[in-house]
Amino acid sequence: MPIWTLFGLISGKATTAWPASADGDGQAGFLGFPRFDAAKCESGCADCARACPTEAITVRADRAGAERLSVDYGRCVVCQLCVEACPTGAAATSADWAFGVRERSDLVLGAQADAAVRPSAPSAPRNGFRRSLHIRHVDAGSCNGCESELQALNNPFYNLHRLGIFFTPSPRFADLLLVTGPVTYAMHEPLRRAYEAMPEPRWVMAFGTCAVSGGVAGGGYACRNGLEGILPVDLYLPGCPPNPAAIVEALLMFLDRRQQRVTGGRLGD
Amino acid sequence: MTQATDAAPARIKDIPIEAADLPAAVSGIVRGGGRMQMAYAWYPAPGRIQLRYLGSRAQRDEYFMWRCEPRGPVPSVAAICPLLGWYEREIADLFGVAFTGHPEPNRLVLHEGARPWRPPFDPAYPADAILPFDPAEGGLPELESPDVQRLPFGPVRADVVESAEMVFLYVGEHIIHYHPRLFFKHRGMEKRFEGRTLAAGTILAERVSGVGSFAHALAFCQAVEQAAGCVVPERARMLRSLLAELERLYNHLHYLGHLAHTTTLKVGEAEGKLLEERAKQINARLTGSRFLRGLLIPGGLRRDLDPRPWLSGDLESLRERVATYTTMLENTNSHLDRLITTGPLAHDVAFDQGATGPIQRASGFDRDLRRDHPYAAYGGLPLAVPVRPSGDAHARAQVRIAEIDASIALIQRVILLLADGPVRAACAPPPGSDGLGWAESPRGSLFYAVHLGPDGSLARVKIKSPSFSNWRVFPFTVHDSNMMDYAINEASFGLTIAGCDR
Repeated sequence: MPIWTLFGLISGKATTAWPASADGDGQAGFLGFPRFDAAKCESGCADCARACPTEAITVRADRAGAERLSVDYGRCVVCQLCVEACPTGAAATSADWAFGVRERSDLVLGAQADAAVRPSAPSAPRNGFRRSLHIRHVDAGSCNGCESELQALNNPFYNLHRLGIFFTPSPRFADLLLVTGPVTYAMHEPLRRAYEAMPEPRWVMAFGTCAVSGGVAGGGYACRNGLEGILPVDLYLPGCPPNPAAIVEALLMFLDRRQQRVTGGRLGD
Repeated sequence: MTQATDAAPARIKDIPIEAADLPAAVSGIVRGGGRMQMAYAWYPAPGRIQLRYLGSRAQRDEYFMWRCEPRGPVPSVAAICPLLGWYEREIADLFGVAFTGHPEPNRLVLHEGARPWRPPFDPAYPADAILPFDPAEGGLPELESPDVQRLPFGPVRADVVESAEMVFLYVGEHIIHYHPRLFFKHRGMEKRFEGRTLAAGTILAERVSGVGSFAHALAFCQAVEQAAGCVVPERARMLRSLLAELERLYNHLHYLGHLAHTTTLKVGEAEGKLLEERAKQINARLTGSRFLRGLLIPGGLRRDLDPRPWLSGDLESLRERVATYTTMLENTNSHLDRLITTGPLAHDVAFDQGATGPIQRASGFDRDLRRDHPYAAYGGLPLAVPVRPSGDAHARAQVRIAEIDASIALIQRVILLLADGPVRAACAPPPGSDGLGWAESPRGSLFYAVHLGPDGSLARVKIKSPSFSNWRVFPFTVHDSNMMDYAINEASFGLTIAGCDR
C-alpha cells in the first residue's frame, strides 16, 4: 500500500511563489488579448473588424471625417483572427491577460465606443473584505472552459486558499457571485435566486467574455448577452477563458491588494 | 473510408428513404450488427424539412446517411434503437417534427416551460428573440408513496461545477430512480453557426465544449474539408494528431484527480490536478492556449508549430511522474474498494443506449474512431486501444490510465516522424455542399455534419457530442444503486454538460 502522505512530503512544495514574487505565474507562451497600434492602420482598411467573430472591433469615421479604430475587449474571445487579418502589423499578439477591471468602460480602447458601453453601477464599499473573500460560482451557460480554469485555482500550483480566497457551496456565505456563461433562458431564474439568497453587502463578477458581453454564444433563441441588464456588476474579467493567473490578479485587484492594470483598454505596467 | 491518405476525403453515401420505411430499415441495421450513430434535421429551403440518419452496417464499414423528407408525422424508431430516442426528441423540440409511437414523448432539449412562437430552427423564427419561458412549469410526476423521498440537487450545485439538476428518488440510502434534468445550459450553439464564415465557425466549434475545444474544431474542419474535397498537408495532419492527444492527456489527468477527490484520497487528488496543470502549461507553451484553441482552420493549421526542441523531454518527465501516480492509485485499497463493482454498465445496455469512448471500452467494446475510421494522421500511426470487460467504475478508470500511456507514446512517435512541409491547403467548399467530420475526443465519438448555403456560408451545423451519448447511458448505472456511490460513479463517467446541452 502506498503511503500518500509520505509521497506528498517527498514531492515537496508545488505552489508557485507568484504573485508575491514577480516570476512563476505559470503562463509561459500564453497568448493574451491582441494589442492595437492605430497609428499603423491604413486608410480605408477594416480587415480586423471584418474578421472578428464577436464584433469587438469597429472602424468608424469621427465628426472630422478621420477613421477611428475602437476595440471592446469585453467582447474579445482572444481568437487572434484580427492579428492574422491585419496587413500592416497594427494588430499584434501579446501576453496581456491581466484584464480585470471595475468599470466596463475600461475594457474599451478608443473614444468612439464609450457611448456604447453603459457605466457600471457604484459598488458597495469593501472595507473589511480585503483579507478574505468567499465566492459562490454560478455557471449560467458556459462552454466549461471557464470552469476548467476556476477548478485549476485550487490545484497545488496556484493554491488559491493561501490568498484567503475560497469557494463556498452556499450563496448564504458568499461575498462575491462569480458568473460564467452568456446567461441562458433556463439559467436566468436560478442565477437570480442565487443572487437574492446572498447577504449584503454582496458583489458580482462577470467572469469570461460570455458573462461580460455574450461572447460567441450570446443572442439567439436561448441566450442573453451576459450580465448586462441582469445583475449589477462590480468586477469584469474578459477572457476565453481567463487564465488562472488572470483570475488571481483580478480577485486581488478587487480586494485592493493589487493595482488595476487596464485602463481605457490599455494594459499599463 | 479514410481521411489519412493523400486522397481527398471520400464522401458519405447519401441514400433517400421514405419515412414509413424507417422502422424496417433501422431494424435491419441493428439485427445485422450495425449501429446507428445519430439523427438530425435541417431546412434545405424554407418550409422544407429534411431528416438525416447516420449509421454503419459494421464497425469499420463506411458510414451511410439516410435522408428523408417527411410529409407528416414520422414513425419513431426509439423502441427499436433506443439511442436514437434522444435525437428524435431534440428534433421534435427544435424543428417541430412529430414522431409517432415514441416511448418518451416529452421535451428534452427545451425545458417544459419554454413556449417558442414557432420551432427555434424554423427560418421564420424571429432572429435574436429569446424563448418565452415560465420556470415554474415542468418537473417530475407526483410521488404517491410517502416512504420515497425526493432530493432535487441543482441546477446550482456545491463546488465549481456545471449547471444541471440531479433528482434522486430514494429510500434510506437506496436510489430507486434517478433523473438528471439537463439542458439548463442549452445555448442554441448549432444555430449560432448559421450564416457564419468557415473561420468564424471554427472559433465557434472551439467554444462548444471548452475541454473538448480541439476535438470539436477538428471534427468541424474535417466536415468542411470533406465538403470541399480538400487534401490537408501531411505535416498539418501529423500536428493535428499530436494536438488531439495533448487534449486527451490533460483531460484524463483531470479525470484521475477528480476521481481521487470523490474517493477522498486527498494527496491523490492534488497530484492528479497538479499533473493536469503541467499538461495545460505544456499546451500554452506549444500553442499559446491552455485549451489548444486558435490553431485549426479548414485546410490545415493557421500557423506552424515546432514541438521538436523541447516537447519530447517535457513529456517524458511527465510520463514518469504519471506512471508513479497511476501505480500508486492502482495499489491503494481504499480507492479501489470504492471503484470496483461501482456503477456497472452492462455490455448490451452500453450498446443499445449508445455509450461511447472510454465508457463503452470499459464495458467490453473494442471501438475507437481513430483506428476504425482513421482521420488526421492516425491511419499511419500505431495505436493501442485499451478495453476492459467489467463495466464498473474501476474499468472506466483503468481504460483512461492506459489511454494516457498510449497518447504519450503516440505524441512521441509524431515528434519523431514529423517532416517539414506546408501546414495549410486551400479549402473552399462549393456553395450548397455538405460534409461529415468526426473525431475520437477524450470522451468518445464526436460528429459534425456541415451544410453550406448558396453564398458559401454555413447553413446548418449539427453536433453529436460524446457527452450527449453518455449522459443518456449514465442513469442506467444509478437506478438501484446507493447514494454513497453516486459522486464516485458520476466522476467515473467523466461527463461534460456543455457538450451535451450545447
